Order: sequence, then structure tokens, then C-alpha cells
Amino acid sequence: MNFKVFAKYRLEILFAVVVIVFAAVFLIQNANIQANAKPGQETWQGSDDMGSAAIEATGYTPWIQPLWTPPSTEVESLLFSIQSGLGAFVIGYFFGFYRGKRDSAKAA
Amino acid sequence: MEGFLPWQWCVFWYLVMVPFIIYGVYLLNKQVKEHRETLSLLAVSGAFIFLLSSLKMPSPVVGSCSHPTGTGLSVVLFGPIITAVLSVIVLIFQALFMAHGGITTLGANDFSMGIAGPLLGYAVYRLGKAVNLNIFVNIFLVTAVADLFTYVITAIELAAAFPATHGSFMISFETFFAIYAVTQVPLAILEGVLIALVFKYIIQSRADILVKLGVLTQEQVTKIMGSFS
Repeated sequence: MNFKVFAKYRLEILFAVVVIVFAAVFLIQNANIQANAKPGQETWQGSDDMGSAAIEATGYTPWIQPLWTPPSTEVESLLFSIQSGLGAFVIGYFFGFYRGKRDSAKAA
Repeated sequence: MEGFLPWQWCVFWYLVMVPFIIYGVYLLNKQVKEHRETLSLLAVSGAFIFLLSSLKMPSPVVGSCSHPTGTGLSVVLFGPIITAVLSVIVLIFQALFMAHGGITTLGANDFSMGIAGPLLGYAVYRLGKAVNLNIFVNIFLVTAVADLFTYVITAIELAAAFPATHGSFMISFETFFAIYAVTQVPLAILEGVLIALVFKYIIQSRADILVKLGVLTQEQVTKIMGSFS
């Protein structure tokens, strides 16, 4: 058995373990929540929406509305996906660029 | 959210934010002019804030969803003041296109995400460096603290603006703390591990810039590279 590979990829392994634990806890918790949810009750809401609801519960009404609100949650997800995509593009671009530079320096 | 802070508080948080942004833009210009080669890592740091803050992730502890902040990398590489500028760009984007956050609440949001969280993260970073903490553990802590503290500050901001509701600041703070900060714990941990991993790739790609930025010494780089081969 060659354990060197574990040492080399220890951070990747740690990240994978954390993701798996996170997903497992999510699944268990979700099963609990769904079992106890009343019909029609919304689960896994955004904490920001809960925060706004807590503020509105005090009788406060927002004094201004956003100039533009995405017309549906689908459109909103699209916009958030575009944001993720832009971020991921820049990250991938530069890591690819670094990699190419390193490889061509080695080849030269 | 837009309009969710009384206007006096909006003005207050803008007044707090503006000096940081002005100084941050100055530092950013200086950084790019004097160390042009750091521009790509600046873009990558900004891109991580863009990417991670766009994700709405379920938080298994409480059964609600929230966003990571992604500011950890930028805090370590460029410090909290430049992070305030990068964060405000993301916050404006989300306020204008997604009606998420808001222009009136921009000051408050940037104070929690771009200033207070990163400042505490930076304090953790310096402390970690002073006691010679393993750089990956340090980055994990910085990222997790910057993320978590962002939402603690959000709870404080809201409790300060809406104290009378429940009779006092503390009771109100507990309500908002439960909504925002508790949700954030698992996300902060996950984000911390992710950025620590990303940092490994940055060392492998551009250790030269990390040395120039004073994040690592050449000896540390050689040692870390050796431990991953």
C-alpha cells in the first residue's frame, strides 16, 4: 500500500469528507423536517427572508421598494447562476493560465 | 433587504462604510500600479466572493438557507480594506439585479460582509501568523470567522435598528442571532475547508506572488510544496 498519495491529497480528502458529512446531516435533518412539516409549510427558507419576516412582524413596513425585482424564483435562480458562472469563469481562467505558464516553462 | 432599515440607520452605515471604500480604492489602485503581477490573484479573490456569495446553501443545523461570503481568500491575500471594495461590488450587483440586499442597506451590508467580518478574520490571520500556526489551519479559521462574524454583525445591526419591538436590544439580538448566525455555522466550516484547499492550488501556481505579498516566506513555500509531493 502506498500511503504517499493520501499525504499528497490530504486537503482534497478532508474537503470530500466534510462535504459528505454536510450532505449526510442535511439528508437526515431534511427527513426529520419533512416528516414533521404541516402540509403546505415552506421548508429550507432563506435566513434573509426569515429575518425580513421577523422585522415585518414588529409592524415595520419597508419605506422603499427595490427598483427591480426578479419576476419569479426561476428568474432569480437564473441570475444567481449567472453570478456563480461569472465567478467560476474567472477562477478557471486564471488557474488554467497559471497551469499553462508552468507547463510551457517546464517544456522550454 | 431594500428599505428594511429605517433611513437614519441607512445613512449611519453609509457614513461608516464610505471612508473604508475610499481608502480601499486608493489601496487597490496602489496595489495594481506597484505590483501589477498581483492583479490576477486580485481577480481570483474577487471571483471567489462572487461565486460563493451567489450560492444559497441549506444549513443542516436549523433547516434554513443562507449564503457563504467568500471573503476569506481576499482577506489573507490583500487585507480587509481591499476586501471591503470587492464586497461592495458584489453587493451592488445583487442589489440591482436580484433585489437581494439593497442600495439603501448597502452601507449596513458592506459593513458586516466587507468590513467587520474581514477585519476580525484579519485579526485571526495575524494572530495565527504570530504563533506560527499551520497556514492551512490559519486560512480555515480566517475564512470561517469572516463568514460567521458577518452574520453576527448583521444580527447586531438589526437588533440596534429594531430594539423596541421586543423591549430590549438583547432580546431582539437573540432573535436575529438565531436566524442569521446559527444558520451560518455549517456554511462557515465548509467554506473554510474549501478556501484552505484552494490556497494549496495557489501555492502550487503562484507561490512567487504569495512571497511578494508577504503571506509566506520562500522557505515555507519550499516546505509546503515538499509536503504535497
